[in-house]
Amino acid sequence: MNATAPGTPRTDDCLLRPGNTNCGGCGMSIGLTMLDRALTEAGQSCSLVIPACCGIVTAGAFPTTSYGVPTIATTFASSPAVASGVAAIRDLNDEPGQVICWAGDGGTYDIGLGTLSAAAERNENIIYICYDNEIYGNTGGQRSSATPAGARTSTTPWGKSERKKDVMSIMAAHRIPYAATLSVAHPEDFARKMSTAFSIKGMRFLLLHSPCPTGWKSEPEDSVLLVRLAVASGLFPLYEVFDGIAYRINVEPDETDPAEYFHRQRRFADDEINLDGIRQFCSNRMQRLRALAKQQSADA
Amino acid sequence: MTLQVITGNHAAGYALSTAGEANRTARGVACGIYPITPQTEIVEYVARFPFSKGHVVPVESEHSAMAVSIGASANGARAFTASSANGLAYMAENIMVAGYYRLPIVMVAVNRTLGPPWNIWADQGDTLMLRDFAWLQFYCETNQEVLDTTLLAFKLAEDRRILLPAMTCMDAFIVSHTQTETDLPEQEAVDRYLPDLDLPHRMHPDEARTLGGLTWPHEELSMRLEIDEAMKRVPSVYEECRQGFTEVFGRDPGDMIQTFGTEDAEVILIVSGTMATTAREVVRQRRADGEKIGLVKLKMFRPFPEAALRGACQSATKLAVLDRNYAAGTGGVFWQDTRATFHGHRDDMLVQNYLTGLCGGDVTPSVIDDIVADIGGRSEVGDPVWIGVDAREETIQ
Repeated sequence: MNATAPGTPRTDDCLLRPGNTNCGGCGMSIGLTMLDRALTEAGQSCSLVIPACCGIVTAGAFPTTSYGVPTIATTFASSPAVASGVAAIRDLNDEPGQVICWAGDGGTYDIGLGTLSAAAERNENIIYICYDNEIYGNTGGQRSSATPAGARTSTTPWGKSERKKDVMSIMAAHRIPYAATLSVAHPEDFARKMSTAFSIKGMRFLLLHSPCPTGWKSEPEDSVLLVRLAVASGLFPLYEVFDGIAYRINVEPDETDPAEYFHRQRRFADDEINLDGIRQFCSNRMQRLRALAKQQSADA
Repeated sequence: MTLQVITGNHAAGYALSTAGEANRTARGVACGIYPITPQTEIVEYVARFPFSKGHVVPVESEHSAMAVSIGASANGARAFTASSANGLAYMAENIMVAGYYRLPIVMVAVNRTLGPPWNIWADQGDTLMLRDFAWLQFYCETNQEVLDTTLLAFKLAEDRRILLPAMTCMDAFIVSHTQTETDLPEQEAVDRYLPDLDLPHRMHPDEARTLGGLTWPHEELSMRLEIDEAMKRVPSVYEECRQGFTEVFGRDPGDMIQTFGTEDAEVILIVSGTMATTAREVVRQRRADGEKIGLVKLKMFRPFPEAALRGACQSATKLAVLDRNYAAGTGGVFWQDTRATFHGHRDDMLVQNYLTGLCGGDVTPSVIDDIVADIGGRSEVGDPVWIGVDAREETIQ
């Protein structure tokens, strides 16, 4: 097999090329770099299927592209369906390589949820990665159903009154082979989970907590710190679910108080955040996850 | 060839499936399918077809049906789907994507009244709503024409000089559910007619291209111009595909416009779909009585066959355009393009619009007679005439 045969790992290119126009401190940029590393280590190639979101703007303007892999843009709600067609033809032709949807929380939690649910129910042989920055970033910062309560966005100027949707539970309820959360503050956990995802066939869903300095009104250099605080305080638990039933918690929160996470983001007004309520919510959710992991452990 | 008595939907399902099967020696076939009355039997036919190298994805919506076909086609497969009415409206966003991505997807559309209120009968408003989306459109009169045109649509759409998706349309129930004798070609003949698809701009593992990223105005302008150039090539490439069809299948799939008695006609009826069958018979009888009347059936609507239509109407001074559709605020869609076709070329031509058979109404010989009588007595054009509406009092003051 020569160096350019279909499916051969790239040797002279990277998934996210230098010179892209992503904001400083963008979690998606870090996530794409980590995904690239995981693909290279696994000797895997991929095609990207990207709906309307910052991720397709990342590509830059025709005829140049910041993506070093075959990429197709889809309409906002369509990435899992387009990926189903791409994967069908890849599989019919016995071609290697992962078909990866790379979508924001708007395309995942909101407009594309029906399409995603249907692809999950059909157990399509694709990887779906949602980079969740908890906001419609591409349109300038409006609420999504991934926006946490209290966050100010341009469509919730006095703070969002509703809670963030639990999309992981929704995806787990489809009993897909693999669902997991990712954080760019935990690169080894990220790499291991991608390796796990590559080794499984069928629908794999990965939820990446993706800092957005522009939308979160935070400092770019704080991006990794913020999502690390989210994991450590239990705001964004790192866990994985196999077949919708077998749970494993990957990083136990370490008693870190969530206050700093909120203080460092100007999307939250300090006096409007109910920290006691948040601490209780995080504690209850971790207890629930621990109970699920105990009931049927992925390590059993 | 096998003669069978089948429905229009069966004919469409057969054409789509054998065309997909013909690509088994290349990258195969895949498609998304979703049911809607009155096309459901088409996707059911496709779902049970034993493809050698194919994958049919029964999705959750028309929007996703087209999306799956886009993903497959962009990856070099032959791809198709079918829909109707509100399904087409729901699918519309991705129908546009297929056109602008230059993907040679073929869709069979059964023309049904758009709701609400709910009505499953024939009306062309659903596909005509999609007329500006860079798709070729063909309106068929019979089951045989549905089958032949669908096969021809793949040939035309996949031609490197065209590379545009194509829609084959038929009237709800009048064609979709009516059984007639239809000549079904053998798979081997379809294989000969439709060679392996080699899409030049397909996604390729070795090529890090991004399909559909951002574009600057001047870049996108040139892409639109390329679509226009491809559209202009359609009439000549259609003729090649038609001749090739006749050579392989031994049957003429029909010209993009079909004329009857136009050579000496002073009045010409412009029709499409199943109205043509009725209107042609009325014209035949009137010509036997010595009337100088003719008929043009517009099989192809996109691109609009302007030159052919002008050529067919040289002897006429009056055109009656029959529309089984209504574009709110103007009139019939076929009428609008017919008017534009003669503007500046034949400003003496009286182009009168008749809205008939809308929302599933019957277009009977007496309706055609009324239209012929009306246009015969006209010396100037008037507002579109609504046929089948009883004289009634104005209800909105």
